[in-house]
Amino acid sequence: SPQVVWSMLGNRQFCSYKMTTKTQNFCRNEYNLTGLCNRSSCPLANSQYATVREEKGRCYLYMKTIERAAFPRRLWERVLLNKNYEKALEQIDENLIYWPRFIRHKCKQRFTKITQYLIRIRKLTLKRQRKLVPLRRKIERRERRREEKALIAAQLDNAIEKELLERLKQDTYGDIYNFPIHAFDKALQQQGAESESESDAEREEEEDEDVDTREFVEAEDSELSDFEDMDKLETSSEEEQEEEEEVEKKASHSKSKGKTPLKGPARRKRPYIEIEYEEETEPTTKTKAA
Amino acid sequence: AMAENGGGAAERGGPPAPQRVLFPPTFSVSEIKNKQRRHFMFLRWKQQQRKEKLAAKKKRRKEREALGDKAPPKAVPKTIENQRVYDETTVDPNDEEVAFDEATDEFAPYFNRQTVPKILITTSDRPRGRTVRFCEQLATVIPNSHVYYRRGLALKRIIPQCIARDFTDLIVINEDRKIPNGLVLSHMPDGPTAHFRMSSVRLRKEIKRKGKEPTEHVPEVILNNFTTRLGHSVGRMFASLFPHDPQFTGRQVATFHNQRDYIFFRFHRYIFKSEKKVGIQELGPRFTLKLRSLQKGTFDSKFGEYEWIHKRREMDTSRRKFHL
Repeated sequence: SPQVVWSMLGNRQFCSYKMTTKTQNFCRNEYNLTGLCNRSSCPLANSQYATVREEKGRCYLYMKTIERAAFPRRLWERVLLNKNYEKALEQIDENLIYWPRFIRHKCKQRFTKITQYLIRIRKLTLKRQRKLVPLRRKIERRERRREEKALIAAQLDNAIEKELLERLKQDTYGDIYNFPIHAFDKALQQQGAESESESDAEREEEEDEDVDTREFVEAEDSELSDFEDMDKLETSSEEEQEEEEEVEKKASHSKSKGKTPLKGPARRKRPYIEIEYEEETEPTTKTKAA
Repeated sequence: AMAENGGGAAERGGPPAPQRVLFPPTFSVSEIKNKQRRHFMFLRWKQQQRKEKLAAKKKRRKEREALGDKAPPKAVPKTIENQRVYDETTVDPNDEEVAFDEATDEFAPYFNRQTVPKILITTSDRPRGRTVRFCEQLATVIPNSHVYYRRGLALKRIIPQCIARDFTDLIVINEDRKIPNGLVLSHMPDGPTAHFRMSSVRLRKEIKRKGKEPTEHVPEVILNNFTTRLGHSVGRMFASLFPHDPQFTGRQVATFHNQRDYIFFRFHRYIFKSEKKVGIQELGPRFTLKLRSLQKGTFDSKFGEYEWIHKRREMDTSRRKFHL
């Protein structure tokens, strides 16, 4: 009889569904109505019992009566509840019509809670889901180690300093810095080395005319880069735009293509457009850094 | 017997070794069962190897000096960069096809000076303090950028709004366990979207430097080592974040350095002490990125067309193969 069951499970002997905490006892039985371990809430110790459970979004009312206590397989009778909240409540009422008040009330409360959380689930699935991607430890370790080694191999400070010095040499900064002497010498040397570049004739003319400006020009004369090539194709008509573009472009993206720590083309890439421009309006060369 | 062995270990050395290590070698160090003895013999073998190596080095150096000018050139040590597997998509500087592509791709308006970059920086949901501070610092580093909080908004809905308000780039910093660990960089009007994994993020206060904050000047940009086609497009993406006209009076430089597929970002202030020496001082946050995927259109994880995804099984097989 249920009283005997309760006197055993509730207090004295072991109940595997019972979980005790400091303040309260919980019942882990899946048919439990309230979740607490009480005399009135224990599905094992009550011969007439009912619960509401949901499965895959649909709520069912489960009922247990004394008549079926001998047939465990048919013990719990299941009734599908209506999707409509009020109609489901009425259904609960009519199914548990002469049942104790406690069970009826708790069933309805439980059903309310379940519908609320189902609504919440539906709302959340419409929002963005956070996808959890597991990290693989070995891979993480490997990546971290490779990153460290790459950092050491990169020698960032040296690379940045080298790049900045090159830009200084290539005169992207123009008149801001006054280290003229060495730049002149280097430019002279480079001028000798680059005598085979495309705009030969023009350069020779310039050489005769004015030494200073030409030196700056020579220093910037080097192989083509992608963007400036494109520039050459498209905007060959507007000189000023060209000039600004190429200066800033040099400044803003110097891609050292194929540069490795060991070797690398020392010269920046400049278009030949510049030289053509120099021919026409030489006095304005000094303003390019502005 | 045990004490004897232990005591004798110090003086041991003379008798057993010379008789045994004869030609043909009758034993190897690993065949000795006794651990102490085995360890001792191994150490001795190691010392011998070291001595031999030192002697060989000295000999070589002497030969080299003796030869003087006629000496053969020094052998270049092999590095991973030396031994890198040649990537067929490496960009040749004179390649016209590449030049044409880049003239007509999505960044052409930027490089033609038609658009000014305007960046929107945001995070994933509910950013923690570190990420928020990182976003703020990033916003000071990148001129013309704005930080907005994302309160559960879907990216797909943000993007049309951004386009309407004339933003050119969108940066989303993904956060996991209170640290930023991912970066999505999306170019606005239909541009490519790059998804990076971010690591070693250092905020400004964690960097050992004594510099002040970055000023409002437009920094220069350095892009190092982007060799392949993929690297080129990624490099152009980075370049398009910064306005085209750097203000040299600000003396600030932002560097994206690619080394073995890791992109290191640094932000420095430089000063030329002479024409051969430059001093740099690191301000600004620093982080490293590793490219995970590059998508053709704007951010769309389900229906987007991927230009490149990092596939671990296929791409991580060789230690000398890099894709950027």
